[in-house]
Amino acid sequence: MAQPRGSILTAVLAALWGVFLGVGVFTFGYARGGSYLTDDPAACANCHVMRDQYAGWMKASHRKAAVCNDCHAPAGPLAKYATKAINGFFHSWAFTTGLFPDRIQITGRNFRVTEGACLKCHAEITAGFATHRERTGCLNCHAGVGHMN
Amino acid sequence: MKRNLLAVLLTALAAFGISALLINVMERKQEARNPFFRVVDINDGIDDPAQWGRNFPLHYDSYKRTVDVERTRYGGSEGLPKSQSKIEEDPRLKKMWLGYAFSVDFREERGHAYMLIDQQNTRRVTEFKQPGTCLNCHASTYTTYKKLGDGDIFKGFEALNKLTYSEAVSHVKHPVSCIDCHDPATMQLRITRPAFIEGIRAYKASAGVQNYDPNTMASAQEMRSFVCGQCHVEYYFKGEGKRLTFPWHKGLKVDQIMAYYDEVKHTDFTHKESGAPVLKAQHPEFEMYNQGVHARSGVSCADCHMPYKREGAMKISDHHVRSPMLNINRACQGCHHFSEQEMKDRVETIQTRFVHTRNLAMDALMELIDDTRAAREAGAAEATLSKAWQQQRKAQFFLDFVEAENSTGFHAPQEAMRILAESVDSSRKGQIALRGSAQRSSR
Repeated sequence: MAQPRGSILTAVLAALWGVFLGVGVFTFGYARGGSYLTDDPAACANCHVMRDQYAGWMKASHRKAAVCNDCHAPAGPLAKYATKAINGFFHSWAFTTGLFPDRIQITGRNFRVTEGACLKCHAEITAGFATHRERTGCLNCHAGVGHMN
Repeated sequence: MKRNLLAVLLTALAAFGISALLINVMERKQEARNPFFRVVDINDGIDDPAQWGRNFPLHYDSYKRTVDVERTRYGGSEGLPKSQSKIEEDPRLKKMWLGYAFSVDFREERGHAYMLIDQQNTRRVTEFKQPGTCLNCHASTYTTYKKLGDGDIFKGFEALNKLTYSEAVSHVKHPVSCIDCHDPATMQLRITRPAFIEGIRAYKASAGVQNYDPNTMASAQEMRSFVCGQCHVEYYFKGEGKRLTFPWHKGLKVDQIMAYYDEVKHTDFTHKESGAPVLKAQHPEFEMYNQGVHARSGVSCADCHMPYKREGAMKISDHHVRSPMLNINRACQGCHHFSEQEMKDRVETIQTRFVHTRNLAMDALMELIDDTRAAREAGAAEATLSKAWQQQRKAQFFLDFVEAENSTGFHAPQEAMRILAESVDSSRKGQIALRGSAQRSSR
């Protein structure tokens, strides 16, 4: 008895894997998943929720110096793509469930990544600073350099 | 086998999640394709918001929510019989307005949806004779102006003002509606209230700009405050025609408004106890906001009271007009990168300090009224009383100006405190004027 039932389950599993892969690959293509592997800022504005930030960056001082990934992803390919994967998962989660505020708030991890980017590029000026992260980071005063809002 | 079963479940769950994401992405893409569907043709004669709502269901849905019953720390929106009677809550208000309808009935106001019905039911309207002028800001009157004025809103405005309240109310149907702020062809904001057009023209003239017309000369961002300023302002009824007039001829500050009233010799009522010729201030939100840092930074009324919100892929302005304290994320956090609690604490700190100082000013005014009444009863000279009356007129108008203003000092915190300081100063100066006379007469 165990043998045929096991093979039915295996068949169901195989079919499900097929559905999962098929729907997954289609969704990846349909949602322009490939664009997220690039550094193109337009990819970040695929979602309507990012339009204000994208428009703000177009007019901000850092447009000449940095794209989204320069400040929102850490240096080094492994850390960069790990960050993209983590954020990609949580963004998909938030959009699908609708559980996020209209005025989106940066999370602690992403805030630290961005503050790190300030310190990395502006090391000549900031090397001697002892910053009190969270409470008084660079962005408390220089909030508009990347994008307003 | 158990392992197989678990794998089936997990894969099914993952497929479920991916499908949900796929459908979500698809919906957003569809919504972005066509943000507006014209279901009915809207023209310049349709005041029924439900008709407009068929073309703009999301905006209409939020507009209908102004029936909410919610409290903030210092404000609320409950209906009768629970509605907050301000004169019972603080009897000093009743004493301040003795001799005027406000001493009979004055309550915390509810949302826009109730503006017409609540006006019809207040004892200030049921027990006193009021003109049709009152309806300029308690009903959708754009089509009424056009009907009464044969297409000319200024003529219709004059006709409405001359009617009695009960006659006028038969010409209106809805509380403030889409057509009162929007052009039906383009949906752009437009000014429909003659009193605002005349008021802002007089104000701009005082600043050296002649023949100002908000409908052709204001920026889109200015219009996001001007449409609110059509009603949330200080006003009086001028002359026999009861023409609704905004006293902005010298400027928007309380001192300039009072200087105008003094110049045209306008008085709302004679105080029953003291005999002073005094003024009643009316919700000057637009004027006070203009003295604050938000106005100075180019932030409009709508930015905080009707902030943008997301509906799927659409970004719309929230037509559920309400206190920003009930909507802190959208109202404040677009600009202020602090927690909701921090924003709420900041506002309540300002408001608590305001209420404390307002109470000091209220006590000072009560003492001036008591002293004047005593001096009057003791037969003080008219010249002496007149000095005290002038101080009461100022003390009372300044205090009432920030008391009637609906932000508990928040719209312009420092200006509100300055106004209260001037009020206390005038009350005490009035008392000093009387004390001098008592000493002289007792000799």
